[in-house]
Amino acid sequence: MNIVVCIKQVPETTSVKINKDTNTLVREGTKSIINPFDMYALEEGLRIREKSGGRVVVISMGPPQAEEALREAVSYGVDDVFLLSDRAFAGSDTLATSRTLACGIEKTGDFDLILCGKQAIDGDTAQVGPGIAENLDIPFVAFVRKIRELDNHTLKVERMMDDGYDVLEVSLPGLITVVKEINEPRMPSLKGKMRAKSINIPIWGVADLDMSDSETGLKGSATQVIKIFTPIRDGKREILEGSIEEQIDLLINKLNDLKVV
Amino acid sequence: MGIKVDIELCTGCGICIDSCPFGAIKVEDDLASIDERCNLCGACVDACDFEAILISDVKEAVIKSDGYEGVWIFAEQRNSKIASVVLELLGEGRKLADKLGVDLSAVVFGENIESSAKELVRYGADKIYIVDDPVLKDFNDEIYSEILTDLIQEHKPEVVLCGATAIGRSFIPKVSARLKTGLTADCTGLDIDNEKRCLLQTRPAFGGNIMATIICPDERPQMATVRHKVMKKALYDPNRKGEIIKKSFNGLSMDLRSKVIETVEEIGDMVNITEADIIVSGGRGLQEPKNFRLIEELAKTLGGAVGASRASVDAGWIPYAHQVGQTGKTVCPKLYIACGISGAVQHLVGMQSSDVIVAINIDKDAPIFDVATFGIVGDLFKVIPEFVKRFRELKG
Ligand SMILES: Cc1cc2nc3c(=O)[nH]c(=O)nc-3n(C[C@H](O)[C@H](O)[C@H](O)COP(=O)(O)OP(=O)(O)OC[C@H]3O[C@@H](n4cnc5c(N)ncnc54)[C@H](O)[C@@H]3O)c2cc1C
Ligand SMILES: Nc1ncnc2c1ncn2[C@@H]1O[C@H](COP(=O)(O)O)[C@@H](O)[C@H]1O
Repeated sequence: MNIVVCIKQVPETTSVKINKDTNTLVREGTKSIINPFDMYALEEGLRIREKSGGRVVVISMGPPQAEEALREAVSYGVDDVFLLSDRAFAGSDTLATSRTLACGIEKTGDFDLILCGKQAIDGDTAQVGPGIAENLDIPFVAFVRKIRELDNHTLKVERMMDDGYDVLEVSLPGLITVVKEINEPRMPSLKGKMRAKSINIPIWGVADLDMSDSETGLKGSATQVIKIFTPIRDGKREILEGSIEEQIDLLINKLNDLKVV
Repeated sequence: MGIKVDIELCTGCGICIDSCPFGAIKVEDDLASIDERCNLCGACVDACDFEAILISDVKEAVIKSDGYEGVWIFAEQRNSKIASVVLELLGEGRKLADKLGVDLSAVVFGENIESSAKELVRYGADKIYIVDDPVLKDFNDEIYSEILTDLIQEHKPEVVLCGATAIGRSFIPKVSARLKTGLTADCTGLDIDNEKRCLLQTRPAFGGNIMATIICPDERPQMATVRHKVMKKALYDPNRKGEIIKKSFNGLSMDLRSKVIETVEEIGDMVNITEADIIVSGGRGLQEPKNFRLIEELAKTLGGAVGASRASVDAGWIPYAHQVGQTGKTVCPKLYIACGISGAVQHLVGMQSSDVIVAINIDKDAPIFDVATFGIVGDLFKVIPEFVKRFRELKG
C-alpha cells in the first residue's frame, strides 16, 4: 500500500494574538508546528503501513522553512519526504494549492491512499483535501474518524457528520481527511530523529512539476485577500458579585434582558 | 511576486514585522524583506510609515459576469429535513440578490423532498430547483457534486452559497475545484461591492484572531460556505409566490466510486453543537465523568446542547463530537456557558465569537474570564445546581 500524507507547517495559534491595548497583532516569535490535524493523518499512515506494508510518503508545500516540518515527519518514521517550494507558488489560494499538491503527489509515484488533515488551523478552510482529490480525479471522504476496513482495492470508513456519522465504502486510489478522534499520535523514535538530521530533502519547483506559472501562486488563484483586520468585540466584561444566590439571580436577569434564554 | 520593499524608503524600523499575520517579514541590515509566506494582504503596506512597501501586479477586479446572473443557495437536507442553516442562507441571500437586482434561487436534492422544498419560497426564494430521486436521499459527495456542477454550468448563477456544515464543507470544494473558481470557507460576513458587482466575503482566520475580506474577481460563480448562526434567518411570508423547477436525475457520467452504506444519528439534538442556540460546556473542573450529569442537566433546563473542552474529551468523559476548539468544532451560539474550563487559547478559538459568554470557574485568574460577558467566580458544584433551581423557579 503506497500512502501519501499531506502536511502543512502552520504558526502555533498562541503566537498569533491581539494586543488588547493597541488592538494590533502580536506574534511572539514565529514558532511553527505541523498542523495538528495532519499529525493524525501522519499517524494513520504509519499504522496502515505497519499492518499492510508499503511506504509512507509525506509531502508539503510552503516556504523553505517547511523543511523543518518534513524533518519532524521523518522522526516519526516515514519513508520519504518531499517539499514543494518555489517563489512562483507564493500567494496560492486553495484552488492553486490543491492543483500544485496534486502535481507533486503524482510526481512522487504510484499511490493508493492520500491522507490529509481535516483542515489547517491557520486558514481553517478544509478545502485543499477535496481539491486535491478533484484534481487527481479520485474519490474523497471528509472528516474520517475511523478506518473500519482496508484492503488493496477498497476502504470502509466512518465519516463524522454534524448529527452522527456515516459509513462509506470507497474504491482505491482515494483521498480522506481525518479528525482527531481517529488515533493518538506517537512520539518520535531515536532512530527517526537521527535520520531526520541527515536526510536530504528533495525540493521541487514549478519546473519540476511541469506546471506553468499561470496555474499556481497568485496567478493561478481565483480568490484574492483584499483586507485583513482585527475583529471588534464589545469590551463589556463583568464579574458578578454577591452570594451565589444573588449572582445567579443577577445572571438570569441579565440573560433575560439580552433575550438569550 | 507582487510585493516590493523600496530600498530607498525603508528605514528598517521593523513596524511591519508585527503587522504581518503570516510572519513573512524580517529586517536585516536595516532593510525589510518579505518571504513566500506573504499572502499579499496589505497589512504591512498600511502599517509602514514611510510608504516603503508596495503591492503591484495584483489583478484588478473587473466585472466579469459574462452572462452569469442570480444568487443561488444550496438547501441541504438530512433525513429529509431541510437544515436550519438554509433559512439563514435565504435571509442573507435575499439581501445580496436585492442589492444585485437579481433572483434568489434555492437548490434542493433529496427523495420526496418536494413539499418541504416548496416552503422555501415563503422564506424568500424566487425559484426552487428540485432534483428528487431515491439516489439523492443520502448525501454522497460524488453524486451531489456532479449534479450541482451541471446545474451551475447550465444556469450560470453569479453567486453560490452553502452552509459551512459537514455536508457543505465536504462537497462544495469539489464543485468549485471542478468549475475552477474560487471558494471562500466558513464566511461570517457577506456583502456586495455594487460598483464592481462582486461579492465581499469576510471570514475569520487564525482561529478568529484576525478577519479577512476576500473577493473572487475573475471567475464565476463566486462561491462561499457560510457559518451557522451568524446570519439572520429569513422571515416567513405565507403569501409569497415563486417558481418551482423540477430537474430529473439522469444518472452519472461515470461509475460511482464511493457509497454510503449506513447513516447513524447519535443521541439526537444533544450532540449537534454546531446548530445549537445555547451550549453548556464542561471541562476538567468537573473532576469525574459522572459529573457531566450536571452539565447535561443545565443544558436540558436551558434547552441547549452539551459541549466540552479537549481535556474532558481526552479523559474519555464525553465523545469527541462534543469537543469545542481548534481540534474540535467551531461554534457560535447565542449563549455559551463554560463550566470548569480554564480558557486555553485552543479552546477560545472555537467559541470566542459566541454572542454571550458565561464563565463559571473557581480560579478568578482563569483566562476564560477575559472573553466572558459575565463571570461567576465560584465552585461549579454549588453554582450549577443553584442555576438550575433558580431558573426552574423563575421560568416555571
Ligand atoms: C494542538 C492542540 C490542540 C488543542 N485543541 C483543543 C481544542 O480543540 N479544544 C480544547 O478545549 N482544548 C484544546 N487543546 C487543549 C488546551 O490547550 C487545554 O489543555 C484544554 O482546553 C484545557 O481543558 P480544561 O479547561 O477543561 O482543563 P484545565 O485547563 O485543567 O482547566 C480546568 C479549569 O477548571 C477550574 N475548576 C476546577 N475545579 C473547579 C470547580 N469545582 N468549580 C469551578 N471551576 C473549577 C480550574 O480553575 C481550571 O480553570 C489543544 C491543545 C493543543 C496543544
Ligand atoms: N501547503 C500545504 N502543504 C501540504 N499539505 C497541505 C497544504 N495546505 C493544506 N494541506 C493539506 O490539506 C489539509 C486541509 O487544509 P486547508 O484546506 O488549508 O484547511 C491540511 O490538513 C493538509 O493535510
